[in-house]
Amino acid sequence: MSKFRLPKNSRISKGREYSAPTDSVNTKTFRIYRYEPESGENPRVDRFTIDLDRCGPMVLDAVIKIKNEYDPTLAFRRSCREGVCGSCAFNIDGKNTLACITRISDIDGDVAIYPLPHMPVVKDLIPDLTHFYAQLESIEPWLKTDSPAPSRERLQTPEDREKLDGLYECILCACCSTACPSYWWNPDKYLGPAVLLQAYRWIVDSRDEYTGQRLDELEDPFKLYRCHTILNCTDTCPKGLNPAKAIAETKKLMVERRG
Amino acid sequence: MVTSIAHRASGIMLSVGSIFLAAWIISAAIGPSAFADVNGIASAWYGLTLMFFWSLVLFYHLCNGVRHMIWDTGTGLNKTNARVTGYITIGAAAALTVLTWIFALAL
Repeated sequence: MSKFRLPKNSRISKGREYSAPTDSVNTKTFRIYRYEPESGENPRVDRFTIDLDRCGPMVLDAVIKIKNEYDPTLAFRRSCREGVCGSCAFNIDGKNTLACITRISDIDGDVAIYPLPHMPVVKDLIPDLTHFYAQLESIEPWLKTDSPAPSRERLQTPEDREKLDGLYECILCACCSTACPSYWWNPDKYLGPAVLLQAYRWIVDSRDEYTGQRLDELEDPFKLYRCHTILNCTDTCPKGLNPAKAIAETKKLMVERRG
Repeated sequence: MVTSIAHRASGIMLSVGSIFLAAWIISAAIGPSAFADVNGIASAWYGLTLMFFWSLVLFYHLCNGVRHMIWDTGTGLNKTNARVTGYITIGAAAALTVLTWIFALAL
């Protein structure tokens, strides 16, 4: 039967209001997506107005403050609070980024915080990344060799090492993949920018001996070629990396090896 | 993102527009009266308006196609370049459309 309305768990209702202490001078309102699948209720957006003079400078500081002082049931992931673990990736003010390195003062008006787009939601701001990690595992992101292990490190020239710059810094926060319309359409078959950047990181590694097999694995109508150079990945990456470029270079290698 | 979805949208509009173009040519093959009917639509104000937008869509799709071809060589793939070439594409499409119509109406 045709469905003309979004499923219930995609229809967002009005949530609760929480106000700042009455003596606050400098306040800001955070609109945060809330969803508890087991409750059977629609998702809602709660509004928390907080006192910025009693809060750290980053969006993550505010989210932690809200959990501590307003509603302890608010669920989200966080760990390093300095942009290297990739846990606190949310859609903040319409853009996928890390809450810990986004300044509250850089956002005009209310701060809207949603989970990463187009992923199943476990609870509140926590997306289910099981499939994303399974895709990463499928490209075998580790050094693969046939030659016997040397008695010391496998050496690399400075030039070869340079090829990994802009690739090894990826923290797998999934901001890019969940910003990609192509990944929204075909998440089951298309690998998405984050995983393709990782695949390229091993393809160009001079120490890896499975370059050909890695390219063979990607030679598929969906896995690699669903990238249509939309560039949302590069635009949103909180680490300033360029997955679109890594994908373009992989496509070039595919053509070059055909001769 | 905007230029990307616009590329798809313009591609679809081109396919629809080409049906009219084909009808126009076929009518010329059928005979003078059929051609006069279709040509009447094409030279009426609404026909001209539609064709104006169709030509804009054509040039946009063409220019953005060239942009995608350059990207396929691995060049220009960063945030600044993508933004600049996006504006160039829109500007070039608008300029080519205007030039074409100045030329067409002067004939």
